[in-house]
This record gives sequence, structure tokens and C-alpha cells, in this order.
Amino acid sequence: MSGDSLTLSQHPDSLVDDWSDDKEAFHVPWGKVMMWIFLVSDTFIFSSFLIGYMNVRRTTTEPWPYPSEVFALELFGNNVPLILIAIMTFILITSSGTMALAVRYAHFKDKKKIFILMCATAAFGASFVGMQAFEWTKLISEGVRPWENPWGAPQFGSVFFMITGFHGLHVSCGVIYLLVVATKVLKGHYDVKGDYSIVEITGLYWHFVDLVWVFIFAFFYLW
Amino acid sequence: MAYIPIADQTDEMHDPQSFITKYIWSQDHKVIAIQYGGIAILVGLLALVLSVLMRLQLGFPDTFAFIDPADYYQYVTMHGMIMVVYLLTALFLGGFGNYLIPLQIGARDMVFPFLNMLSVWVYLLSVIILIASFFITGGPAGSGWTLYPPQAITEGTPGSDGGIILMLASLAVFIVAFTMGGLNYVTTVLQARTRGMTMMRMPLSVWGIFVATILGLFAFPALFVSAVMMFFDKMLGTSFFMPAMVSLGETLEHTGGSPVLFQHLFWFFGHPEVYIVALPAFGLVSDILSCHARKNIFGYRMMVWAIIAIGGLSFIVWAHHMYVSGMNPYFGFFFAFTTLIIAVPTAIKVYNWVLTLWEGNIRLTVPMLFACGFIFTFIHGGLTGIFLGNVTVDLPLSDTYFVIAHFHMVMGVSPVLVLFAALYHWYPKVTGKMFNVTLGKIHFWATFFGTYAIYLPMHYLGIMGLPRRYYTMGTTDFLPDSAQTLNANITLAAIWVALFQLIFVYNMITSLWKGKKADPNPWEATSLEWQTPDNPPCHGNWGAELPTVHRWAYEYSVPGVKADFVPQNMPAEDVETIDGTPYKGHDG
Repeated sequence: MSGDSLTLSQHPDSLVDDWSDDKEAFHVPWGKVMMWIFLVSDTFIFSSFLIGYMNVRRTTTEPWPYPSEVFALELFGNNVPLILIAIMTFILITSSGTMALAVRYAHFKDKKKIFILMCATAAFGASFVGMQAFEWTKLISEGVRPWENPWGAPQFGSVFFMITGFHGLHVSCGVIYLLVVATKVLKGHYDVKGDYSIVEITGLYWHFVDLVWVFIFAFFYLW
Repeated sequence: MAYIPIADQTDEMHDPQSFITKYIWSQDHKVIAIQYGGIAILVGLLALVLSVLMRLQLGFPDTFAFIDPADYYQYVTMHGMIMVVYLLTALFLGGFGNYLIPLQIGARDMVFPFLNMLSVWVYLLSVIILIASFFITGGPAGSGWTLYPPQAITEGTPGSDGGIILMLASLAVFIVAFTMGGLNYVTTVLQARTRGMTMMRMPLSVWGIFVATILGLFAFPALFVSAVMMFFDKMLGTSFFMPAMVSLGETLEHTGGSPVLFQHLFWFFGHPEVYIVALPAFGLVSDILSCHARKNIFGYRMMVWAIIAIGGLSFIVWAHHMYVSGMNPYFGFFFAFTTLIIAVPTAIKVYNWVLTLWEGNIRLTVPMLFACGFIFTFIHGGLTGIFLGNVTVDLPLSDTYFVIAHFHMVMGVSPVLVLFAALYHWYPKVTGKMFNVTLGKIHFWATFFGTYAIYLPMHYLGIMGLPRRYYTMGTTDFLPDSAQTLNANITLAAIWVALFQLIFVYNMITSLWKGKKADPNPWEATSLEWQTPDNPPCHGNWGAELPTVHRWAYEYSVPGVKADFVPQNMPAEDVETIDGTPYKGHDG
């Protein structure tokens, strides 16, 4: 039992003190906390999707198609396995780099550089979605449907369209989000309060979408 | 980056001007809370009517021609789903969460009011989609509220055409609404507390709602995913949950799916859902008991840690709903173990409630009656939970009326009694009017005894082996004729309880204009919401300056102090002591 006066915050670096402090548990803008909580919640969605996928892959009675053959492209007469996916992954990870630079320039409130870097990130994201559309088109033309495919377990198509579709939706939303924030940055919307934390918050979302892709890549395409 | 903690921000409030921004598209957490509560109570009354229809069929089979088996299964399904998700979750978190979090932690509003407003309107949309299923060909879903595939989406099950589609869509929309609200509740508790309001000074109501919302944010995703997958199974013919099967003489197109996967996903949501409903009830009832017993809550820190422990454990017990599902029997041992561990923090809470009442200066007000009633029904439902948590005891009792009796006592009656307690307790703050006490007491006694009359006999029926979800019992060797007599009596009790809820509705509505003007702090409570400058609180809650908190929320009957309660925001030097010695406050 302590007395009436507050004697907290004397060691501001300590996690315990932050949590037992008044006013706020984390010394960051509330938007950042809210984005983190949302991302943890979203992690549960993607985890459930991936666990569901692993489960039906185990229960299905037909053989699972071999991903490196399904996702191969014919380039210059050679069948290159997973080449498109590799390029898509490279592009998405590059976009995380441009995003991180945008966050760096947000610290200096360099509006022009933030705008250019965020637009570049959005462009990488859009090209990722474009390549995904190309991949969908290719597979659909080869006869892959959510309920069947020419090579084996029908769950292959269901899982493919569901998980890449849900991830692609996240990327598309992210592209719109990036463009909105970038435009607002350029217009000086955040100069009113001098608060550029929204750039970092957008970045959190974008890095999350990238990270999720790494797991989808590992568990669906490489396995 | 320039950034100021919310409690130190001095931005001007933009008061809503027009009727529409004030009461309809309102971003004020109090209006949103009332909207959430109103929708939830309305849809809950519908679920109450459904339960009466269901009981009519069970109590008096072959009497009501308008209830055919398909109708009956649809009543069962919609009753369950509405009560658990659209009433209890929405009212506890959307209603009380919205109303109490900012007021009890000393904030002006939620951190993101616009998203909060969207939350309630998307919730309304989900309710409309759900209700719409009553008006389509084939009617609403009729596969039981657990929606187990393959039967939920296979022809022959009532509502397997349109009803289940609308149900899944409605659930997905509800989860979106809940997420928008839930992000607000959690972030507001973490980041928007006022000066002096540490986490360990928060009233237990806030703790309960806070942890329950975190559970919701982590558990609803599993339901979302299972709803999406089942939606695809139904609409696109995928086979996530559908094994190869023959239905009505035809071989279906599906192959290789896993029905048990659905059960795992569903109960990974479903069990935390029990605590999403129970934890806010634990929190609210702690505050009500402490206030009306004029005594500090016994073991505040233990109460907080018990809430956190229950919340954590609730994620690793889900398969105790699945002992008979055909999962690996070895799982049963693990899940029985974790299930019974939950009894420890739960028992801590029950002992602490009882010890809070011990030698208290108990005022038997209407909220207090309901809160005490809750302790009875919760102990009762909790004890039968120990039976069902053990694999060997559960196997014969699974899918009997014993299960129905158990979960209605523990997560039906108990949270609803707390809801009533809380609605009566905060009614003077929300409306500024006092409800009719006599009607409130009649409502309590009728409901309390009535629910026992309903659910106690069900335990006997369950032990006899009466299976749940049967349209009619027919004649079997193992059931004596008296079972049907008991069933008829249960139905009469159910009708009785349902009728007395009308008294509650009447009381709540007529007191709005007939009720006496309420005192700003009629229960002489310590927490911040009772210390607002206006009653009911205005937009922005606190007038010009946020309150400063000096101690915990349970400063009742402090030895040596003149008044029998000290508000959280009263400075120590203003507190009058009997012998004039300086007053020292307490914390948990």
C-alpha cells in the first residue's frame, strides 16, 4: 500500500515502471499502439489460415501438387521453378526498404523525400499485386479452380486462392493507405501539429504485410 | 516527433451541433454505448422469444402445430448465436465497455471516436443481415449455434441454403465491427488514462473489459477464418471442412476436408468467447459488490491477476468441447488438465467476492441483489463445469441436458444477472433518472428463482440421459414418464421468467420520464464516472479540466475517516478525519 503522492516514473527506462505509470503504458502516440494491436490480431487471422491450410494438406486423400512445378515459368526455353514468386518476394522486400527510408525522412519532416519514397513503396506494392494477378491468370488458364485442379488435391487451389487473395487484399489496401498518407504529407496536413508519426504507423502495416508474405512463401511455395 | 500524452493534451473539444451528429452519427462514446446497448437488448429480446418457442415445443410436444422440426432447430440455432455473440458480447463490450472505459479512467472519449462510430453501425449491419435470414426461403440457419460442418451446409439441414450463408456473412461483419471497437477499448485503456490513474488503480470493471477485449481481438480471428472457409465450401464447392460423403443418396463433389478442423477453429474462438462474456461480468460485479457492501474489494491485486490468468488460460482449453469429436484421445488429458487449472483463479475470485461481503455494511439495493444472485448461480455453474471438464465424466454427459444446464448457469444466467445488476447500477448515471425500486426487486426475485426452476431440473434430465437438441423425446426405455412432466414444468418456469423480463423493460422505459431525478452519485461510489460535473455527463465528460486520481477505486468505510467513502479524485487534504490526523490514502 503506497501513499497519496505518485512516486512513479523515476526510472523511465524500466518496462515495469512504464506499465505501472499513470496516463499511458507506452510512451508513443496512441495510433502506433493501436496499429500494433491490430497487427497482432491480424497475425491470428493469417495464422489460422496457415494452420487450416497445413491441416487440410494432411487430411486430404489425394496427393498435393508439387509447388516448384506448378509455379514454374518457361523462360528462354528453360523451365525455371518459382521464378515469378522469387521476383515478387524480392520486390516486396525492396518495398520495405523504401518504406524504412520514408520513415527515416519523416524524422526530418522532409516532405518531398517522404512523398517520393512512399510513392515508390506503393508502386512496388502495386507491381506485386499485378504480378499476382498474372500468376492467378496463368493458373486459371491451366485449369486451377478453388474446387479442383489438374494435378491432385482440390484443396491446393482453394488454399492458393484464399491465402494469396487475402494477402493480396492486404497489399492493395496498403497501396491505397500509402498513397493517401503520402498525398497528405505533401499537402502539409501533418505540419499543423508537426506530428509525422503516421508515416511510421503506415510503415508498421507495410512491414507486417511483407512479413506475412515471407511466411506464405515459406509454407505454401517452398514446402 | 512532437507528441503529447492524451491526458496532457489541451485541444478544444468540438461539440457536435446538429441533432444528427449528436444522437445518430455520434462519435461520443456515451451515445455509441447507448446505441450498442439498445440494439443488443432488442435483438436479445428476440432471442428470448425464440427460447420460449423452443421450450413450448419441448414441454408440450404435438401441441403447437406451427412449430415443425425445422423451425425448432432454427430457434435453437438463432437463440444460441444471438445470445452469445449479438447480445452478451455486444452489450458487455460495446455497451458497457464504451460507456465505462473513458469515464472510469478519466478520459474525454475513446482515442479514435470515428472508428468507434463505425463500429456500432457495422454492428447494426451485422444484426440486420442476421435478422434478414428469418425472411428468406428456407429460413435461418438450423444447425445449432456451433454450425458444425458437414451438416451445417449439407442439404436436408434447415437453413442450409440461404440461412447459413447469411449467418456466416453476419458473423464476419460482426467481427469487423468488434475489431474496430475493440482496438479502441484496448488502446484507450493503455494510452488515455488521466493523471494519477495507474493500471493498478483502475476499477475492476475496466480490467475485466480490457482483458476480455484482448481475448476478443485474438479469438475472433479464428471464427472469421472458419466462417470464410465454410462460406467457400458452401458457395464455391471447396472442401476445407467437407469430407467425401454421400448425402440423400448422392455422392457429393467434396473430398478430403476435415470437419474436426472446423471444430478446432470454432472452439479456439468459442472458449475464449466464454471468458469474453464472463470477464466483464467479473469486473462489473466486483465494483457493484464492493460499492453496495461499503467495503473495499478483497484482494484487489489478486483479482487483477486472476482476470489476466483466466484470460491467458482460456486460449489453451478449447478442446474440452471436443472430447467426443473424434480427435486424438490423448489430447483429452492435456485439455482436462488446463481446464481444471482455470478453477484456481476462478475460485480466487469467488472467495474474494464472498470475503468482500464478509462483515460489510451491505445495502440490499436492486443492483446488489442481482450481484449476490450472480455469486450463487456462478458457483453453481462453475461446479458442474468441474464435472464436464473431466474426460471420463464428460463422455456420458456430453450432448445431454446436463451440458445445457451447465453452460446456461455459468455463461447464460450468471452474466445476465450481472448485466441486470450493471444496468440498474449505472442507470441513474446514463439517464439521470432513478428506476422504480419495487419493480426492480420483483424483477430480481422472479428472475433468480425462475432461472433455478428452469436449470436445476435440467441437471437431473441430463444425468438420466436426455439428449439435447432433440425436437421431441418420443418414448424410450431409459426415460421415465416423469421426465416429460419435468420438461413441462421447465417450460412453465421459462415462460414465467420471460414474462418478468417485460417488467424490466417497462421499468427501464417508463423511468426515463416518470423516474425521479437521480442524484449524481446515488450509490455513494468512489470511481470517477460518479464524480462528473454534469449528470448525465456531457460531451467531453469532465468540463474544463480532467480529474486527477489520488488512490484506488475502493476507498469505502476507511477507519478514521468521517465519510464512509472517499472519491478517487478527492485530494487527501480535503478528506475529513474523525480525530483530525492527516488522511493517508490506499492503493491495491
